[in-house]
Amino acid sequence: MTGQVTMVTGRKRRGGGFALTGLAWIVGILFVLPVLWMLLTSFHTEEDAAKNPPDVAAPLSLDGYRSFFDTGPWPSLANSLTASILSTILVILLAFPAAYALSIKPVKRWTDVLFFFLSTKMLPVVAGLLPIYLFAQSVGFLDNIWLLIILYTSMNLPIAVWMLRSFLSEVPVEILEAASVDGANLTRTLRSVVAPVVTPGIASAALICFIFSWNELLFARVLTGTVAQTAPVFLTGFVTSQGLFLAKVCAASIVVSLPVLIAGFAAQDKLVQGLSLGAVK
Amino acid sequence: MMRQAGDWARRAPLLPALVFMIIVTQLPFLVTIVVSFMDWNAYYPDERGFAGVDNFRRVLTDANTRNAIWVTILLTAGVVLISLVLGLMIALLLDRKFRGRGVVRTMMITPFLVVPVAAALLWKHALYNPTYGLFNGVLTWLFGDNAPQPDWISNQPLWSIIFALVWQWTPFMMLILLAGLQSRPLDVIEAAGIDGANQWEIFRYMTLPHLRQYLELSALLGSIYVVQNFDAVFTITSGGLGTANLPYTIYQTFYTAHDYGRASAAGVIVVIGTIVIATLALRSVSTLFKEEGR
Repeated sequence: MTGQVTMVTGRKRRGGGFALTGLAWIVGILFVLPVLWMLLTSFHTEEDAAKNPPDVAAPLSLDGYRSFFDTGPWPSLANSLTASILSTILVILLAFPAAYALSIKPVKRWTDVLFFFLSTKMLPVVAGLLPIYLFAQSVGFLDNIWLLIILYTSMNLPIAVWMLRSFLSEVPVEILEAASVDGANLTRTLRSVVAPVVTPGIASAALICFIFSWNELLFARVLTGTVAQTAPVFLTGFVTSQGLFLAKVCAASIVVSLPVLIAGFAAQDKLVQGLSLGAVK
Repeated sequence: MMRQAGDWARRAPLLPALVFMIIVTQLPFLVTIVVSFMDWNAYYPDERGFAGVDNFRRVLTDANTRNAIWVTILLTAGVVLISLVLGLMIALLLDRKFRGRGVVRTMMITPFLVVPVAAALLWKHALYNPTYGLFNGVLTWLFGDNAPQPDWISNQPLWSIIFALVWQWTPFMMLILLAGLQSRPLDVIEAAGIDGANQWEIFRYMTLPHLRQYLELSALLGSIYVVQNFDAVFTITSGGLGTANLPYTIYQTFYTAHDYGRASAAGVIVVIGTIVIATLALRSVSTLFKEEGR
């Protein structure tokens, strides 16, 4: 009797396993489908892209990309790249020593400091927007890419501090003791002893900061104009033209998302750790 | 004397980051508090002055603000809860070994790696659009020329935003919960299986309690980001059709109406609300789970 029951559940489980695998695939495909649809549409002509029912097998075309690049997106893409890369470098330069002072040689009340950094992430961005705008306006700093660089640095610094702290706390003590016996000063310890060990961690923190800076819209929308406009702002001002524009919008969205997709897939293994501020490994 | 010097040597590497954060994030907020008590509209520069609690009274009695508070709550709760449940189910699906698991995981992550504005444009124009969007295209495919062609965004503006955000945030929840699942002590679960516990019992009494902190963490982090959402509201509905949340409303009060005092008062209220809700939510979530575990 018992044997029979086990047999039944065993068979059911195998059949169930098959169904679960199928279900996992279906769910995965459903989630990626909008992106694939966007990719396919970006390679259709505007006429084919606007068909209902959709024409999946329509001939491919580069018209969408051509008309996107005709609108002059390069300055905004360059601004996004500048703001993201420079703010990421600043973040790492500030966060790395800070993480050292919060893990390897911790200051007093280091947990309070750590939670201060986290609490700044909970402060709604929009609540500080007006003073920043007024300040920038009074010193002629509006529409200046450096303003965004500074703000993106403050936006990502807590993330990097938390992430790097969790990486640094895994650095073996022996390495650090050897360094202190050798009499290495702080800069040297950080640069030639700690940094080489946590390079992968620094790289993934940098990639995640890059993604968040690249994606940012609210600051960029309020604080920049024609000169320092970033790619997301360019995208929002994009759909003003009359007539058909779907292929163009899809092409634009693909181009603007491409750096994030590349950075994200490169950091895939560390993505969780970064998103959870180093709490989940 | 020596010890004090040692303390400062320890603090030195921390100070640049700490000072930078205080200046860039705390100072502006102090100014916001000051401005929130002022009568200040850029269109009427001569009338600038002290206003007492007028701005707060106006903000709190304004129907638009009350609607915005309600929208913010619905939007955040809807997105976080739905993506949390979906994320948990998908994480459970991906916690098994099967052919192509890596591929499915990569497919799942992709929505999170689309620039938020681009994702909002994709949903608005390529999926929801009543004449050439994919959703109505599929309806035409299935039911022919007489198929219903609803205008998704006009019919369900808030749900349209919620769905687009759920699509982006489910991968986030899934990743954290999957990491939680994979950190379970497997030997204990195997032992429970041998002792005759069924799948549901293992899930209910072992997996779920283990996942508790991961569920709380992903809900908290998700709420922090979604409560501040601006991109989707701005792109999909421009705050119209009753979908303006607090960040969008404040943006409008300050950027379009130039009412600085009122925008600041709303900002202060948002911050107080965030602090209260974050504290309460964390507390109630943990007690809920403690009672369940009893």
